[in-house]
Amino acid sequence: MKAYLALLEKELKIVFSSPIAYVFIGLFLTIAGFFFYNIMAWFDRISMQSMAYAQMYRMPPQPINVNMMALRPFFHNLTIIALFLLPGFTMRLFAEEKRQGTLELLETSPITNWQLTLAKFTAAWILWGITLALTGILVGMLFFFGNPEVGQILSGYLGMFLVGGAFIAIGMWFSTMTENQIVAFISALGANLVLLSLGWLSNFAGETLGKLFANIDPIAHFDDFAKGVIDTKHIVFYASFIFMGIFLSFMSVESARWRGSR
Amino acid sequence: MIRVENLTRYYGNFPAIENVTFDVEKGEILGFLGPNGAGKSTTMRILTCYMPATSGKATVAGFDVFEESMEVRKRIGYLPEHPPLYPDLDVETYLDFVAKIKGVPPRDRKKAIDEVIDRVGLQDVRKRTIRKLSKGFRQRVGLAQALVHDPEVLILDEPTVGLDPKQIIEVRELIKSLAGKHTVILSTHILPEVSMTCQRVVIIDKGRVVAEDTPENLSSKVKNTERILVEVEGPKDEIQQKLNSVPGVKSVSIEHANGTARFVVDSELDKDIRKDLAQAVVSQGWGLLELRPLDVSLEEVFLRLTTKE
Repeated sequence: MKAYLALLEKELKIVFSSPIAYVFIGLFLTIAGFFFYNIMAWFDRISMQSMAYAQMYRMPPQPINVNMMALRPFFHNLTIIALFLLPGFTMRLFAEEKRQGTLELLETSPITNWQLTLAKFTAAWILWGITLALTGILVGMLFFFGNPEVGQILSGYLGMFLVGGAFIAIGMWFSTMTENQIVAFISALGANLVLLSLGWLSNFAGETLGKLFANIDPIAHFDDFAKGVIDTKHIVFYASFIFMGIFLSFMSVESARWRGSR
Repeated sequence: MIRVENLTRYYGNFPAIENVTFDVEKGEILGFLGPNGAGKSTTMRILTCYMPATSGKATVAGFDVFEESMEVRKRIGYLPEHPPLYPDLDVETYLDFVAKIKGVPPRDRKKAIDEVIDRVGLQDVRKRTIRKLSKGFRQRVGLAQALVHDPEVLILDEPTVGLDPKQIIEVRELIKSLAGKHTVILSTHILPEVSMTCQRVVIIDKGRVVAEDTPENLSSKVKNTERILVEVEGPKDEIQQKLNSVPGVKSVSIEHANGTARFVVDSELDKDIRKDLAQAVVSQGWGLLELRPLDVSLEEVFLRLTTKE
Protein backbone atom coordinates (compact mmCIF):
# COMPACT_ATOMS: atom_id res chain seq x y z
CA MET A 1 0.00 0.00 0.00
CA LYS A 2 2.82 2.38 0.88
CA ALA A 3 4.60 1.73 -2.39
CA TYR A 4 1.31 2.10 -4.26
CA LEU A 5 0.73 5.51 -2.68
CA ALA A 6 4.30 6.60 -3.37
CA LEU A 7 3.92 5.62 -7.03
CA LEU A 8 0.56 7.34 -7.29
CA GLU A 9 1.92 10.50 -5.71
CA LYS A 10 4.89 10.52 -8.10
CA GLU A 11 2.64 10.00 -11.09
CA LEU A 12 0.39 12.91 -10.12
CA LYS A 13 3.33 15.16 -9.31
CA ILE A 14 4.82 14.57 -12.75
CA VAL A 15 1.51 15.13 -14.50
CA PHE A 16 0.80 18.36 -12.66
CA SER A 17 4.34 19.76 -12.62
CA SER A 18 4.64 19.38 -16.39
CA PRO A 19 2.28 20.81 -19.03
CA ILE A 20 0.67 17.39 -19.65
CA ALA A 21 -2.30 17.81 -17.31
CA TYR A 22 -2.99 21.40 -18.31
CA VAL A 23 -2.81 20.75 -22.03
CA PHE A 24 -5.10 17.75 -21.66
CA ILE A 25 -7.66 19.51 -19.49
CA GLY A 26 -7.49 22.70 -21.56
CA LEU A 27 -7.96 20.91 -24.85
CA PHE A 28 -10.76 18.76 -23.49
CA LEU A 29 -12.65 21.73 -22.09
CA THR A 30 -12.20 23.75 -25.27
CA ILE A 31 -13.68 21.02 -27.42
CA ALA A 32 -16.37 20.30 -24.84
CA GLY A 33 -17.21 24.02 -24.73
CA PHE A 34 -17.52 24.12 -28.51
CA PHE A 35 -19.97 21.21 -28.54
CA PHE A 36 -21.85 22.68 -25.60
CA TYR A 37 -22.23 25.97 -27.44
CA ASN A 38 -23.56 24.22 -30.53
CA ILE A 39 -26.02 22.14 -28.57
CA MET A 40 -27.22 25.24 -26.77
CA ALA A 41 -27.60 27.18 -30.00
CA TRP A 42 -29.65 24.35 -31.45
CA PHE A 43 -31.69 24.06 -28.24
CA ASP A 44 -32.33 27.79 -28.42
CA ARG A 45 -33.54 27.48 -31.99
CA ILE A 46 -36.02 24.71 -31.30
CA SER A 47 -37.27 26.59 -28.24
CA MET A 48 -37.93 29.64 -30.41
CA GLN A 49 -39.67 27.48 -32.97
CA SER A 50 -41.84 25.99 -30.31
CA MET A 51 -42.78 29.49 -29.13
CA ALA A 52 -43.58 30.53 -32.66
CA TYR A 53 -45.81 27.50 -33.28
CA ALA A 54 -47.55 28.14 -29.96
CA GLN A 55 -48.35 31.68 -31.06
CA MET A 56 -49.44 30.53 -34.49
CA TYR A 57 -51.91 27.99 -33.12
CA ARG A 58 -52.77 30.11 -30.06
CA MET A 59 -51.82 27.36 -27.62
CA PRO A 60 -49.59 27.42 -24.53
CA PRO A 61 -46.00 26.67 -25.63
CA GLN A 62 -44.85 23.03 -25.45
CA PRO A 63 -42.14 22.70 -22.81
CA ILE A 64 -38.92 21.31 -24.28
CA ASN A 65 -37.11 18.80 -22.12
CA VAL A 66 -33.63 20.12 -21.40
CA ASN A 67 -32.56 16.76 -20.00
CA MET A 68 -33.36 14.95 -23.18
CA MET A 69 -32.56 17.59 -25.73
CA ALA A 70 -29.41 19.14 -24.25
CA LEU A 71 -27.85 16.98 -21.54
CA ARG A 72 -28.01 13.62 -23.27
CA PRO A 73 -26.36 14.72 -26.50
CA PHE A 74 -23.77 16.68 -24.52
CA PHE A 75 -22.83 13.65 -22.41
CA HIS A 76 -22.54 11.56 -25.57
CA ASN A 77 -20.27 14.15 -27.10
CA LEU A 78 -18.03 14.10 -24.05
CA THR A 79 -17.54 10.34 -24.29
CA ILE A 80 -16.53 10.68 -27.94
CA ILE A 81 -14.03 13.41 -27.09
CA ALA A 82 -12.66 11.11 -24.38
CA LEU A 83 -12.31 8.33 -26.93
CA PHE A 84 -9.98 10.53 -28.96
CA LEU A 85 -8.15 12.42 -26.24
CA LEU A 86 -7.57 9.85 -23.50
CA PRO A 87 -5.15 7.78 -25.61
CA GLY A 88 -3.10 10.97 -25.83
CA PHE A 89 -2.78 10.94 -22.09
CA THR A 90 -2.34 7.22 -21.53
CA MET A 91 0.30 6.80 -24.25
CA ARG A 92 3.01 8.04 -21.93
CA LEU A 93 2.16 5.91 -18.89
CA PHE A 94 4.64 3.11 -19.59
CA ALA A 95 6.24 4.11 -22.89
CA GLU A 96 7.76 7.18 -21.25
CA GLU A 97 9.22 5.14 -18.38
CA LYS A 98 10.82 2.80 -20.88
CA ARG A 99 12.29 5.54 -23.03
CA GLN A 100 13.61 7.48 -20.04
CA GLY A 101 15.13 4.35 -18.55
CA THR A 102 13.20 4.91 -15.33
CA LEU A 103 11.54 1.53 -15.74
CA GLU A 104 14.96 0.16 -14.84
CA LEU A 105 14.68 1.94 -11.48
CA LEU A 106 11.12 0.78 -10.86
CA GLU A 107 11.79 -2.82 -11.89
CA THR A 108 14.84 -3.10 -9.63
CA SER A 109 13.02 -1.63 -6.60
CA PRO A 110 11.10 -3.73 -4.10
CA ILE A 111 7.68 -2.96 -5.58
CA THR A 112 5.33 -5.30 -7.41
CA ASN A 113 4.00 -4.82 -10.91
CA TRP A 114 0.47 -4.80 -9.47
CA GLN A 115 1.32 -1.75 -7.40
CA LEU A 116 2.85 -0.14 -10.45
CA THR A 117 -0.02 -0.74 -12.88
CA LEU A 118 -2.70 0.11 -10.32
CA ALA A 119 -0.96 3.35 -9.35
CA LYS A 120 -0.65 4.39 -12.98
CA PHE A 121 -4.27 3.57 -13.69
CA THR A 122 -5.47 5.44 -10.61
CA ALA A 123 -3.45 8.52 -11.49
CA ALA A 124 -4.93 8.66 -14.98
CA TRP A 125 -8.42 8.06 -13.61
CA ILE A 126 -7.99 10.91 -11.12
CA LEU A 127 -6.98 13.26 -13.94
CA TRP A 128 -10.07 12.15 -15.87
CA GLY A 129 -12.21 12.77 -12.78
CA ILE A 130 -10.82 16.30 -12.44
CA THR A 131 -11.44 17.00 -16.12
CA LEU A 132 -15.03 15.79 -15.84
CA ALA A 133 -15.61 17.82 -12.70
CA LEU A 134 -14.53 20.93 -14.60
CA THR A 135 -17.10 20.30 -17.35
CA GLY A 136 -19.59 20.68 -14.50
CA ILE A 137 -19.27 24.44 -15.03
CA LEU A 138 -20.99 24.08 -18.40
CA VAL A 139 -23.70 21.81 -17.06
CA GLY A 140 -24.14 24.13 -14.08
CA MET A 141 -25.08 26.95 -16.44
CA LEU A 142 -28.19 25.04 -17.46
CA PHE A 143 -29.59 25.59 -13.98
CA PHE A 144 -29.89 29.30 -14.69
CA PHE A 145 -32.05 28.81 -17.76
CA GLY A 146 -34.01 25.63 -17.14
CA ASN A 147 -34.54 22.94 -14.63
CA PRO A 148 -32.31 20.01 -15.42
CA GLU A 149 -32.62 16.90 -13.34
CA VAL A 150 -29.85 16.39 -10.77
CA GLY A 151 -30.25 12.63 -10.75
CA GLN A 152 -29.70 12.34 -14.47
CA ILE A 153 -26.66 14.58 -14.29
CA LEU A 154 -25.10 12.46 -11.57
CA SER A 155 -25.79 9.22 -13.39
CA GLY A 156 -24.39 10.73 -16.60
CA TYR A 157 -21.20 11.71 -14.79
CA LEU A 158 -20.86 8.29 -13.20
CA GLY A 159 -21.22 6.79 -16.67
CA MET A 160 -18.63 9.10 -18.21
CA PHE A 161 -16.24 8.38 -15.37
CA LEU A 162 -16.58 4.67 -16.10
CA VAL A 163 -16.29 5.05 -19.89
CA GLY A 164 -13.10 7.05 -19.35
CA GLY A 165 -11.78 4.32 -17.05
CA ALA A 166 -12.32 1.79 -19.82
CA PHE A 167 -10.44 3.92 -22.36
CA ILE A 168 -7.62 4.49 -19.86
CA ALA A 169 -7.32 0.76 -19.19
CA ILE A 170 -7.01 0.01 -22.92
CA GLY A 171 -4.61 2.90 -23.50
CA MET A 172 -2.40 1.83 -20.62
CA TRP A 173 -2.17 -1.68 -22.01
CA PHE A 174 -0.98 -0.41 -25.38
CA SER A 175 1.52 1.81 -23.61
CA THR A 176 3.12 -1.20 -21.90
CA MET A 177 3.91 -2.77 -25.24
CA THR A 178 6.13 -0.11 -26.78
CA GLU A 179 8.58 2.58 -25.87
CA ASN A 180 7.28 4.75 -28.67
CA GLN A 181 4.50 7.02 -27.47
CA ILE A 182 3.15 7.68 -30.96
CA VAL A 183 2.74 3.94 -31.53
CA ALA A 184 0.97 3.64 -28.18
CA PHE A 185 -1.33 6.53 -29.06
CA ILE A 186 -2.28 5.33 -32.51
CA SER A 187 -2.87 1.74 -31.51
CA ALA A 188 -4.98 2.71 -28.49
CA LEU A 189 -7.02 5.13 -30.57
CA GLY A 190 -7.42 2.45 -33.23
CA ALA A 191 -8.61 -0.05 -30.65
CA ASN A 192 -11.15 2.45 -29.31
CA LEU A 193 -12.47 3.14 -32.80
CA VAL A 194 -12.74 -0.59 -33.53
CA LEU A 195 -14.77 -1.05 -30.34
CA LEU A 196 -16.97 1.87 -31.31
CA SER A 197 -17.53 0.62 -34.84
CA LEU A 198 -18.39 -2.83 -33.51
CA GLY A 199 -21.40 -1.23 -31.88
CA TRP A 200 -22.36 0.23 -35.23
CA LEU A 201 -21.65 -3.00 -37.14
CA SER A 202 -23.88 -4.91 -34.75
CA ASN A 203 -26.85 -3.70 -36.81
CA PHE A 204 -25.60 -5.65 -39.81
CA ALA A 205 -23.81 -8.58 -38.26
CA GLY A 206 -26.72 -10.98 -37.87
CA GLU A 207 -28.40 -12.04 -34.70
CA THR A 208 -25.77 -13.80 -32.61
CA LEU A 209 -22.75 -11.82 -33.68
CA GLY A 210 -24.73 -8.59 -33.63
CA LYS A 211 -25.66 -9.12 -30.01
CA LEU A 212 -22.06 -9.78 -29.11
CA PHE A 213 -20.81 -6.70 -30.95
CA ALA A 214 -23.44 -4.48 -29.40
CA ASN A 215 -22.35 -5.58 -25.97
CA ILE A 216 -18.64 -5.03 -26.53
CA ASP A 217 -18.99 -1.37 -27.51
CA PRO A 218 -18.15 0.63 -24.37
CA ILE A 219 -20.14 3.65 -25.50
CA ALA A 220 -23.30 1.61 -26.09
CA HIS A 221 -23.29 0.77 -22.39
CA PHE A 222 -23.26 4.45 -21.64
CA ASP A 223 -26.73 5.12 -23.11
CA ASP A 224 -28.61 4.21 -19.97
CA PHE A 225 -26.38 6.38 -17.80
CA ALA A 226 -27.06 9.36 -20.06
CA LYS A 227 -30.76 8.74 -19.69
CA GLY A 228 -30.43 8.73 -15.94
CA VAL A 229 -30.71 4.98 -15.49
CA ILE A 230 -28.06 3.28 -13.39
CA ASP A 231 -28.13 -0.39 -14.24
CA THR A 232 -25.79 -2.83 -12.46
CA LYS A 233 -25.25 -4.75 -15.69
CA HIS A 234 -23.48 -1.74 -17.19
CA ILE A 235 -21.47 -1.15 -14.04
CA VAL A 236 -20.38 -4.78 -14.13
CA PHE A 237 -19.45 -4.36 -17.79
CA TYR A 238 -17.23 -1.36 -17.10
CA ALA A 239 -15.71 -2.89 -13.98
CA SER A 240 -14.74 -6.03 -15.89
CA PHE A 241 -13.53 -4.02 -18.85
CA ILE A 242 -11.29 -1.90 -16.61
CA PHE A 243 -10.05 -4.94 -14.72
CA MET A 244 -9.19 -6.65 -17.98
CA GLY A 245 -7.18 -3.64 -19.16
CA ILE A 246 -5.26 -3.44 -15.90
CA PHE A 247 -4.70 -7.19 -15.90
CA LEU A 248 -3.37 -7.17 -19.48
CA SER A 249 -1.06 -4.28 -18.61
CA PHE A 250 0.17 -6.17 -15.57
CA MET A 251 0.77 -9.32 -17.61
CA SER A 252 2.59 -7.36 -20.27
CA VAL A 253 4.95 -5.72 -17.76
CA GLU A 254 5.37 -8.91 -15.76
CA SER A 255 6.11 -11.09 -18.78
CA ALA A 256 8.86 -8.70 -19.82
CA ARG A 257 10.58 -9.58 -16.54
CA TRP A 258 10.59 -13.23 -17.56
CA ARG A 259 11.49 -12.71 -21.16
CA GLY A 260 13.97 -9.96 -20.40
CA SER A 261 13.07 -7.99 -23.50
CA ARG A 262 12.21 -4.51 -22.45
CA MET B 1 28.03 -11.51 -0.72
CA ILE B 2 27.53 -11.81 -4.46
CA ARG B 3 27.93 -15.15 -6.13
CA VAL B 4 27.68 -15.64 -9.86
CA GLU B 5 27.87 -19.14 -11.31
CA ASN B 6 27.91 -20.01 -15.00
CA LEU B 7 25.66 -17.12 -15.83
CA THR B 8 24.59 -17.14 -19.47
CA ARG B 9 22.27 -14.83 -21.29
CA TYR B 10 21.24 -15.08 -24.92
CA TYR B 11 19.60 -12.39 -27.02
CA GLY B 12 18.05 -14.56 -29.67
CA ASN B 13 20.97 -16.63 -30.89
CA PHE B 14 23.55 -14.17 -29.76
CA PRO B 15 25.20 -14.86 -26.41
CA ALA B 16 25.61 -11.59 -24.50
CA ILE B 17 27.40 -13.40 -21.68
CA GLU B 18 28.49 -17.01 -21.45
CA ASN B 19 29.38 -18.96 -18.31
CA VAL B 20 30.33 -15.91 -16.32
CA THR B 21 31.48 -16.95 -12.85
CA PHE B 22 32.83 -14.79 -10.05
CA ASP B 23 32.38 -14.03 -6.37
CA VAL B 24 32.42 -10.77 -4.47
CA GLU B 25 33.21 -10.79 -0.76
CA LYS B 26 31.40 -8.59 1.72
CA GLY B 27 32.88 -5.09 1.85
CA GLU B 28 34.88 -5.54 -1.32
CA ILE B 29 34.98 -3.24 -4.33
CA LEU B 30 35.06 -5.22 -7.54
CA GLY B 31 35.93 -3.60 -10.85
CA PHE B 32 34.14 -4.94 -13.86
CA LEU B 33 36.23 -4.16 -16.85
CA GLY B 34 35.66 -4.72 -20.52
CA PRO B 35 35.29 -3.06 -23.89
CA ASN B 36 31.91 -1.76 -24.97
CA GLY B 37 29.48 -4.56 -25.70
CA ALA B 38 31.40 -7.10 -23.63
CA GLY B 39 28.39 -7.93 -21.48
CA LYS B 40 29.03 -5.74 -18.44
CA SER B 41 25.61 -4.13 -18.42
CA THR B 42 23.87 -7.43 -19.11
CA THR B 43 25.54 -9.03 -16.09
CA MET B 44 24.59 -6.08 -13.93
CA ARG B 45 21.02 -6.14 -15.13
CA ILE B 46 20.74 -9.79 -14.19
CA LEU B 47 22.22 -9.14 -10.76
CA THR B 48 19.75 -6.32 -10.13
CA CYS B 49 16.77 -8.50 -11.13
CA TYR B 50 15.97 -6.37 -14.16
CA MET B 51 16.47 -9.24 -16.53
CA PRO B 52 16.46 -13.03 -16.18
CA ALA B 53 19.47 -15.14 -17.09
CA THR B 54 19.08 -17.81 -19.76
CA SER B 55 20.93 -20.24 -17.53
CA GLY B 56 23.21 -20.19 -14.51
CA LYS B 57 22.68 -18.87 -11.06
CA ALA B 58 23.31 -15.59 -9.28
CA THR B 59 22.75 -14.85 -5.62
CA VAL B 60 23.02 -11.60 -3.71
CA ALA B 61 23.35 -11.83 0.07
CA GLY B 62 22.27 -15.45 -0.21
CA PHE B 63 19.07 -14.72 -2.14
CA ASP B 64 18.54 -15.90 -5.67
CA VAL B 65 18.06 -12.95 -8.03
CA PHE B 66 15.17 -14.57 -9.83
CA GLU B 67 13.44 -16.69 -7.19
CA GLU B 68 13.73 -14.22 -4.32
CA SER B 69 13.92 -11.05 -6.33
CA MET B 70 12.13 -8.86 -3.74
CA GLU B 71 14.70 -9.72 -1.06
CA VAL B 72 17.53 -8.93 -3.45
CA ARG B 73 15.93 -5.66 -4.55
CA LYS B 74 15.68 -4.47 -0.95
CA ARG B 75 19.42 -4.89 -0.56
CA ILE B 76 20.80 -3.32 -3.71
CA GLY B 77 21.36 0.18 -4.98
CA TYR B 78 21.70 0.34 -8.72
CA LEU B 79 22.96 3.05 -11.02
CA PRO B 80 22.17 1.99 -14.59
CA GLU B 81 24.13 3.16 -17.61
CA HIS B 82 21.69 6.03 -18.10
CA PRO B 83 20.67 7.51 -14.76
CA PRO B 84 16.94 6.77 -14.32
CA LEU B 85 15.64 10.28 -13.69
CA TYR B 86 12.26 11.98 -14.00
CA PRO B 87 13.09 15.30 -15.67
CA ASP B 88 9.93 16.99 -14.37
CA LEU B 89 10.65 16.43 -10.68
CA ASP B 90 13.07 18.43 -8.56
CA VAL B 91 16.03 16.68 -6.96
CA GLU B 92 14.55 16.43 -3.48
CA THR B 93 11.15 15.19 -4.62
CA TYR B 94 12.84 12.61 -6.80
CA LEU B 95 15.03 11.30 -3.98
CA ASP B 96 12.03 11.27 -1.67
CA PHE B 97 10.17 9.12 -4.18
CA VAL B 98 13.08 6.72 -4.53
CA ALA B 99 13.46 6.49 -0.74
CA LYS B 100 9.77 5.61 -0.50
CA ILE B 101 9.77 2.85 -3.08
CA LYS B 102 12.99 1.43 -1.66
CA GLY B 103 11.22 1.14 1.66
CA VAL B 104 13.07 3.69 3.81
CA PRO B 105 10.86 4.12 6.91
CA PRO B 106 9.11 7.55 7.06
CA ARG B 107 10.94 8.77 10.16
CA ASP B 108 14.39 8.14 8.62
CA ARG B 109 13.57 9.49 5.21
CA LYS B 110 14.40 13.16 5.74
CA LYS B 111 17.73 12.28 7.30
CA ALA B 112 18.58 9.76 4.60
CA ILE B 113 17.91 12.30 1.86
CA ASP B 114 19.90 15.07 3.58
CA GLU B 115 22.81 12.72 4.10
CA VAL B 116 22.94 11.50 0.54
CA ILE B 117 22.64 15.05 -0.81
CA ASP B 118 25.67 16.03 1.27
CA ARG B 119 27.52 12.92 0.29
CA VAL B 120 27.33 13.39 -3.46
CA GLY B 121 27.43 17.20 -3.33
CA LEU B 122 23.97 18.23 -4.48
CA GLN B 123 23.35 20.91 -1.82
CA ASP B 124 23.19 23.75 -4.35
CA VAL B 125 20.70 22.11 -6.67
CA ARG B 126 18.43 20.27 -4.27
CA LYS B 127 15.39 22.38 -5.21
CA ARG B 128 16.20 22.48 -8.92
CA THR B 129 14.18 20.62 -11.55
CA ILE B 130 16.19 17.71 -12.91
CA ARG B 131 15.52 18.79 -16.51
CA LYS B 132 17.60 21.90 -15.87
CA LEU B 133 20.64 20.12 -14.46
CA SER B 134 23.92 19.61 -16.27
CA LYS B 135 25.06 16.12 -17.19
CA GLY B 136 27.47 15.96 -14.26
CA PHE B 137 24.76 16.83 -11.78
CA ARG B 138 22.38 14.34 -13.32
CA GLN B 139 24.97 11.63 -12.94
CA ARG B 140 25.32 12.59 -9.28
CA VAL B 141 21.57 12.50 -8.76
CA GLY B 142 21.71 9.01 -10.25
CA LEU B 143 24.38 8.08 -7.75
CA ALA B 144 22.37 9.61 -4.90
CA GLN B 145 19.40 7.53 -5.99
CA ALA B 146 21.47 4.34 -5.66
CA LEU B 147 22.73 5.32 -2.20
CA VAL B 148 19.65 6.82 -0.58
CA HIS B 149 18.47 3.67 1.20
CA ASP B 150 22.00 2.79 2.34
CA PRO B 151 22.02 -0.60 0.57
CA GLU B 152 24.36 -3.45 1.42
CA VAL B 153 25.23 -3.96 -2.22
CA LEU B 154 25.87 -1.28 -4.80
CA ILE B 155 25.93 -1.94 -8.50
CA LEU B 156 27.23 0.98 -10.47
CA ASP B 157 27.30 0.94 -14.25
CA GLU B 158 29.98 3.41 -15.33
CA PRO B 159 29.50 5.82 -12.44
CA THR B 160 31.98 8.47 -13.59
CA VAL B 161 30.73 8.95 -17.14
CA GLY B 162 30.00 12.57 -17.96
CA LEU B 163 31.77 14.05 -14.95
CA ASP B 164 34.59 16.56 -15.10
CA PRO B 165 38.01 15.57 -13.71
CA LYS B 166 37.40 17.11 -10.31
CA GLN B 167 34.05 15.40 -9.96
CA ILE B 168 35.56 12.13 -11.11
CA ILE B 169 38.06 12.29 -8.28
CA GLU B 170 35.28 13.11 -5.82
CA VAL B 171 33.15 10.22 -6.98
CA ARG B 172 36.09 7.82 -6.81
CA GLU B 173 36.79 8.94 -3.26
CA LEU B 174 33.13 8.43 -2.48
CA ILE B 175 33.18 4.91 -3.89
CA LYS B 176 36.37 4.09 -1.99
CA SER B 177 34.76 5.29 1.22
CA LEU B 178 32.00 2.75 0.68
CA ALA B 179 34.38 -0.19 0.99
CA GLY B 180 34.06 -2.23 4.15
CA LYS B 181 30.46 -1.40 4.91
CA HIS B 182 29.11 -1.86 1.42
CA THR B 183 29.86 -4.36 -1.29
CA VAL B 184 30.38 -2.63 -4.60
CA ILE B 185 30.54 -3.79 -8.20
CA LEU B 186 31.47 -1.04 -10.58
CA SER B 187 31.84 -1.33 -14.31
CA THR B 188 34.02 0.90 -16.34
CA HIS B 189 36.18 1.03 -19.39
CA ILE B 190 38.43 3.64 -17.84
CA LEU B 191 41.39 1.63 -16.64
CA PRO B 192 43.04 3.92 -14.10
CA GLU B 193 39.69 4.01 -12.35
CA VAL B 194 40.00 0.33 -11.63
CA SER B 195 43.51 0.47 -10.25
CA MET B 196 42.55 3.47 -8.15
CA THR B 197 39.31 2.28 -6.62
CA CYS B 198 39.03 -1.47 -6.86
CA GLN B 199 40.50 -4.25 -4.78
CA ARG B 200 39.78 -6.84 -7.41
CA VAL B 201 39.17 -6.81 -11.14
CA VAL B 202 37.16 -9.05 -13.39
CA ILE B 203 37.98 -8.53 -17.03
CA ILE B 204 35.25 -9.58 -19.40
CA ASP B 205 35.41 -9.77 -23.15
CA LYS B 206 32.81 -10.97 -25.66
CA GLY B 207 30.69 -12.25 -22.81
CA ARG B 208 33.41 -14.32 -21.16
CA VAL B 209 35.54 -13.71 -18.12
CA VAL B 210 39.13 -13.55 -19.34
CA ALA B 211 40.88 -12.68 -16.08
CA GLU B 212 40.15 -12.15 -12.42
CA ASP B 213 42.66 -10.88 -9.87
CA THR B 214 43.94 -7.81 -8.03
CA PRO B 215 45.05 -4.98 -10.32
CA GLU B 216 48.72 -5.46 -9.26
CA ASN B 217 48.73 -9.20 -9.84
CA LEU B 218 47.13 -8.78 -13.21
CA SER B 219 49.88 -6.41 -14.30
CA SER B 220 52.64 -8.74 -13.19
CA LYS B 221 50.98 -11.82 -14.65
CA VAL B 222 50.90 -10.44 -18.13
CA LYS B 223 54.35 -9.06 -17.82
CA ASN B 224 56.83 -11.27 -19.63
CA THR B 225 59.55 -8.66 -20.02
CA GLU B 226 61.14 -6.17 -17.72
CA ARG B 227 60.98 -2.69 -19.16
CA ILE B 228 63.41 0.12 -18.46
CA LEU B 229 63.43 3.69 -19.62
CA VAL B 230 66.82 5.27 -20.28
CA GLU B 231 67.33 8.91 -21.21
CA VAL B 232 70.74 9.71 -22.62
CA GLU B 233 72.43 12.70 -24.16
CA GLY B 234 74.50 11.77 -27.18
CA PRO B 235 74.38 10.31 -30.71
CA LYS B 236 71.23 8.28 -30.70
CA ASP B 237 72.09 5.60 -33.25
CA GLU B 238 75.29 4.72 -31.49
CA ILE B 239 73.55 4.68 -28.16
CA GLN B 240 70.90 2.34 -29.48
CA GLN B 241 73.57 -0.03 -30.77
CA LYS B 242 75.46 0.07 -27.53
CA LEU B 243 72.37 -0.57 -25.42
CA ASN B 244 71.45 -3.47 -27.69
CA SER B 245 74.77 -5.08 -27.05
CA VAL B 246 74.27 -5.23 -23.30
CA PRO B 247 73.66 -8.88 -22.34
CA GLY B 248 70.05 -9.67 -21.48
CA VAL B 249 68.54 -6.92 -23.66
CA LYS B 250 65.83 -8.11 -26.00
CA SER B 251 65.03 -4.93 -27.84
CA VAL B 252 65.58 -1.17 -27.71
CA SER B 253 63.22 1.40 -29.14
CA ILE B 254 63.58 5.17 -29.34
CA GLU B 255 60.71 7.13 -27.94
CA HIS B 256 61.52 10.65 -29.04
CA ALA B 257 64.70 12.38 -29.88
CA ASN B 258 65.45 16.07 -29.76
CA GLY B 259 68.86 16.62 -28.33
CA THR B 260 68.37 13.96 -25.73
CA ALA B 261 66.79 10.64 -26.60
CA ARG B 262 64.66 8.31 -24.52
CA PHE B 263 65.14 4.62 -25.05
CA VAL B 264 62.77 1.95 -23.92
CA VAL B 265 64.68 -1.20 -23.20
CA ASP B 266 62.95 -4.55 -22.94
CA SER B 267 64.92 -7.20 -21.16
CA GLU B 268 64.49 -10.74 -19.94
CA LEU B 269 62.48 -11.30 -16.82
CA ASP B 270 64.05 -11.60 -13.39
CA LYS B 271 67.27 -10.08 -14.54
CA ASP B 272 68.25 -6.66 -13.28
CA ILE B 273 70.34 -5.10 -16.02
CA ARG B 274 70.10 -1.51 -14.83
CA LYS B 275 73.68 -1.48 -13.57
CA ASP B 276 75.00 -2.84 -16.86
CA LEU B 277 73.00 -0.30 -18.82
CA ALA B 278 74.32 2.58 -16.75
CA GLN B 279 77.86 1.37 -17.12
CA ALA B 280 77.50 0.97 -20.88
CA VAL B 281 76.35 4.56 -21.23
CA VAL B 282 78.83 6.12 -18.85
CA SER B 283 81.81 4.22 -20.24
CA GLN B 284 81.22 5.90 -23.61
CA GLY B 285 81.19 9.32 -21.99
CA TRP B 286 77.53 10.04 -22.84
CA GLY B 287 75.37 11.88 -20.34
CA LEU B 288 72.99 9.58 -18.47
CA LEU B 289 69.98 11.73 -17.58
CA GLU B 290 67.46 9.21 -16.39
CA LEU B 291 67.10 5.51 -15.83
CA ARG B 292 64.02 3.92 -14.32
CA PRO B 293 61.94 0.75 -14.56
CA LEU B 294 58.57 1.03 -16.30
CA ASP B 295 55.51 -0.79 -15.09
CA VAL B 296 53.32 -2.59 -17.54
CA SER B 297 50.14 -0.56 -17.29
CA LEU B 298 46.70 -2.01 -16.87
CA GLU B 299 45.90 -0.68 -20.32
CA GLU B 300 48.36 -3.12 -21.78
CA VAL B 301 47.08 -5.98 -19.69
CA PHE B 302 43.64 -5.17 -20.88
CA LEU B 303 44.62 -4.91 -24.51
CA ARG B 304 46.59 -8.12 -24.39
CA LEU B 305 43.70 -9.97 -22.80
CA THR B 306 40.97 -8.61 -25.02
CA THR B 307 42.62 -8.57 -28.41
CA LYS B 308 43.25 -11.84 -30.08
CA GLU B 309 46.51 -12.13 -31.93
